[in-house]
Amino acid sequence: MKKRVLSVLLSTAMVATMLTGFTASADEGSDFDWKAYDGTTINVAFNEHNYSKAVIEKLPEFEELTGIHVEYSSTPEANYFDVLNVSLSSRSGNPDVFMTGAYQVWEYSTAGYMEPLDDYINDPTKTAPDYNFDDFIPAVVGALRWDMVPGHAVGEGSQWALPMGWEMNNLAYNKRVFEEKGIAVPTTTDELLQAATDLQEFAGSGSYGIALRGTRDWATIHPGYMSLFATWGAQDFAIEDGKLVCKLDSPEAIAMTDYWVQLIKAGGSPQWSTYTWYEAGSDLGAGKAAMLFDATCNGYFQNYPADASAEAGNLAWTTIPLPEGKTEADMKANVWVWSMAMNADSKNKDAAWYFLQYFTSPDYMQWAGTEGASPDTPRQSVMDSDEYKEVVGASEGYLEAIEALAPNATIQFTPQPYFFECTTEWAAVLQDLVLTDTYSSTEEAMQQLKANLDTVVSDLVVE
Amino acid sequence: MKEQKTNSAAASELNVVPFKTRVRPYLIVAPALIITIGIMIPFVMSIYFSLTSYSFRMPVYKFVGLNNWVTTLQSSTFWQALWVTVRYAFFSTVIEMLLGLGVAMMLNNLNNKFSKILRVALIFPLMVAPITATIIWQLMLNNSVGIVEKFLNIFGVYNFPWAAGASTAMLTVVMIDVWINTSFCMLLVLAGLQSLPKSPFESAKIDGGSPWFNFVNLTLPMLKPSLYIALLFRLMAALQEYAVIFGLTKGGPGNTLMNLSLTAYQTGFHFQKFGAALPYILVLWLFINLVAKQIVKRQRAAQRQALGLEE
Repeated sequence: MKKRVLSVLLSTAMVATMLTGFTASADEGSDFDWKAYDGTTINVAFNEHNYSKAVIEKLPEFEELTGIHVEYSSTPEANYFDVLNVSLSSRSGNPDVFMTGAYQVWEYSTAGYMEPLDDYINDPTKTAPDYNFDDFIPAVVGALRWDMVPGHAVGEGSQWALPMGWEMNNLAYNKRVFEEKGIAVPTTTDELLQAATDLQEFAGSGSYGIALRGTRDWATIHPGYMSLFATWGAQDFAIEDGKLVCKLDSPEAIAMTDYWVQLIKAGGSPQWSTYTWYEAGSDLGAGKAAMLFDATCNGYFQNYPADASAEAGNLAWTTIPLPEGKTEADMKANVWVWSMAMNADSKNKDAAWYFLQYFTSPDYMQWAGTEGASPDTPRQSVMDSDEYKEVVGASEGYLEAIEALAPNATIQFTPQPYFFECTTEWAAVLQDLVLTDTYSSTEEAMQQLKANLDTVVSDLVVE
Repeated sequence: MKEQKTNSAAASELNVVPFKTRVRPYLIVAPALIITIGIMIPFVMSIYFSLTSYSFRMPVYKFVGLNNWVTTLQSSTFWQALWVTVRYAFFSTVIEMLLGLGVAMMLNNLNNKFSKILRVALIFPLMVAPITATIIWQLMLNNSVGIVEKFLNIFGVYNFPWAAGASTAMLTVVMIDVWINTSFCMLLVLAGLQSLPKSPFESAKIDGGSPWFNFVNLTLPMLKPSLYIALLFRLMAALQEYAVIFGLTKGGPGNTLMNLSLTAYQTGFHFQKFGAALPYILVLWLFINLVAKQIVKRQRAAQRQALGLEE
């Protein structure tokens, strides 16, 4: 009897050991371990933004899960890329991870500052099994893929960064003000100009019709201006005989720019030329501006949560007002993708990759898209979730506008490494047109700008 | 003969200068030499890189001769930037010098408890970093929340464009510069005033000299060396100005405030064309050097005159 009991116990113990061993080997089968770089310290450079605030809020959880210590800096957008340029060009490897945009990929990848991420994404020992890269919206993640050939569209080549959130550009407005003043939401550019004019000083001195960015840099060109520019049928460059040729002197480009100058003069802020993302968005939230033609989420951050601004709950969204002769099918919202990339000179590339994948993972994105107040999620699974639809859908017209704009939304600029030089010159000319007598007409200004930009890109060869 | 040889050897032994003595002059000069080399290296490097296509964007660069210099000197951007630099430096320095002189004379004449409090309060702006001062002023000039706007509203002025207007941008940055740096001029002039001898003023008082007569014939000539020192420092800093303009408008609207420093920064760090940016900086350095030499020359002459060494 004793022998039988003993043999049963032994058999049970053997089976249990085998099963335990099997289970353990099944776990190890993924060969992925969040603690693999325990004790490593990485440096991260953030631009001051709601997306980065959401990441910073979750840093303790990341550090607890991985044992990786994160040191970070957060710099306002006006100076962020200048600071980053200096850090990256020093080749010191600090920061290990940095926040970037899609346009910066064209400059940083060709300069050798960015680490291609494909090998990390495709390595099961380095990437968690539930990461699900295919869940990213193709147009968004594709905007961060480029083959480094000037003039070639994005979507081909190496994956240089991963998206934190994407922004299209459209019209946000204060529905309370529109109702009080009995003004209809503009659907055409003529109506937009009229509404901006009528809403000038709608709440007394200091209030105005439409908030637009106006500083002397690229950030003035890429949001509302570029979206309407593309919708108007204009383009920045074309490839002719293996060279990039500036097209800013086309009739469409001149007509659109002329309209934009009229819009700023008729309904813009008196301090328009000093306006960045922050001033434009906060004026809408403060009830100082009746409309905002800017990134989708800029207005959203003023509307959600309920205590975000004085006008939180009163803001609503529509699409892009159409120029004469254009239809909804012609709407071309320009896309900006806030993303994170790895420094090619980083000394802690694997730990940096853990940071990147954690803060672009489905779980994190679900939290960021809802509780983290980062509405323009780059993951399809988050967009499809009921929780996301409930939270973001509470902002009137927001999801509808995204749905309408998404089919044609893409980067409307021609990828090339002199992007910042070109757009800074462009913004300076726009400021001159609005505020000075430097040019006798918009046509003269755009012709001169075209000549300057042709010189800037003259050394680029398109293969 | 033997004795003569021994004497000669002893004499030559006496003539041998010990090693420590021979080395001493070099040791004394060494720190200055090292510092000079340290200062000159960046200059020599920048001259060299201004002759190359060096860019942060490309790891490989090539020698391009005077190409960057020719392009810079032929571009309207350069001459516009030089004009902005000179205008900014002229307006800010002249206003700061006049205000600094006026305030210093007032404080020197008052010389009571109130003036002592004022002396401390007036140097507060000097303790604030220029970029911080610019942000403070940006808020004060804001059309929505700015205290200056509220003040102007009393007189019926609304939405004054300040830095956002092409015709008012220069006025705005000069105003901020004056706020920050007038106290620097005031301090130097005040120190100069307090070091003036009392006897000439007492003699003038006995002879019935008017305050204006005293100022023109006594104070000003004796104060000239201090005024030149203040002018030298302020003019050099104003010609190099960066923080206030960048913080307020980044050189805009249009190219209204793009001076040589900002253009160089934009070309080098923003557009990442380092070789092309350096001629702007080197021209600025040359310009400041020439101006500074003239001021130093005049300061020395004024000092000799004040000491009565020359008429």
